[in-house]
Amino acid sequence: MSDVKKFCYLNRKAPYGTVYAWESLEVVLIGAAFDQDCSLVFADDGVYQLMKGSDTTGLGIKNFSPTYSALGDYDIKKIYVEKESLEERGLSLDDLQHLVWEDEDEDYAEKDSIMVVTKDELAQILEEQDVVLSF
Amino acid sequence: MSMLHTVNKSAYERGTLESCVSKAAKGSSVLLIEDGVYSAVKGGTKAGVIEKAMGDVSFYVLGPDIKARGLDEGKLIDGIKVVDYSGFVELTVNNDKVASWL
Amino acid sequence: MSTISVNGKELEVDEEGYLTNLNDWVPEVATYMAKDEGTELSESHWEVINFLREYYEEYQIAPAVRVLTKAIGKKLGKDKGNSKYLYELFPYGPGKQACKYAGLPKPTGCV
Repeated sequence: MSDVKKFCYLNRKAPYGTVYAWESLEVVLIGAAFDQDCSLVFADDGVYQLMKGSDTTGLGIKNFSPTYSALGDYDIKKIYVEKESLEERGLSLDDLQHLVWEDEDEDYAEKDSIMVVTKDELAQILEEQDVVLSF
Repeated sequence: MSMLHTVNKSAYERGTLESCVSKAAKGSSVLLIEDGVYSAVKGGTKAGVIEKAMGDVSFYVLGPDIKARGLDEGKLIDGIKVVDYSGFVELTVNNDKVASWL
Repeated sequence: MSTISVNGKELEVDEEGYLTNLNDWVPEVATYMAKDEGTELSESHWEVINFLREYYEEYQIAPAVRVLTKAIGKKLGKDKGNSKYLYELFPYGPGKQACKYAGLPKPTGCV
């Protein structure tokens, strides 16, 4: 049982302007196959990755914002967003996509994946991880 | 003469916008593109950089870039103009020089 | 660059036979690719192919096999949501083979 490690993906870059956000998402989706205890953290400009209402038609590039909604299917149930990062940027939880995971044990009841946490709480969460992958 | 400055980085990640605005002459234009558009959201701690300079400098954002990032005009600081690609071209033509801030 | 000829049109495919342009897909693409691999597509095949296309439309990714299996079970019933059923339909791997027929890229992380 001690094989299961706590993996945390730390996302600190805005999407679309650079390739970090998409790269991270791909690694998360691939890594999900290994049945580890995964969580995602969005802090600093990383909070922009979860913005709702993205439309990339005008840029002519792939829109991967809808892919975050698939994270629940990949058993990603813990998505932490830093409160201070949101506030600094004039954003709130309402500006983000509503991400859920389905609890099979409770007849596929939808449960919220996103938890808004303070930087102190985040420090504690990071402290508990075995592996932190930074993007 | 008149100059167009473009900024493509978020003010929350780098000091590019502040540096640009501090060096932009009165009457020049600043166009926020790519991740630069995040700096135009009202209520953010960096909104003041733009608000303070607005009397002297005209601010623009590139429409397709705000749409891709889930922002709409309602979230932007009042007085910032949204332009499309042809508006970008027009700004380029109407100014004598262009400076890209990275 | 290789192409396949479907409905009188030349469609570009990559070195593994996946469509290069998602928008080129028509149902005949699936029929053509299956036939090429000696498979006649049944209703059951189409259920999975259509499911994959809907999944891609919504999430912009081809799901991992594990995710596909679970989601199929939820949508089409437990008797279909298991790897035995899906591997019988798509012996080369439900991810690889069904995604190819559906005109999607190879699932992320699939080798």
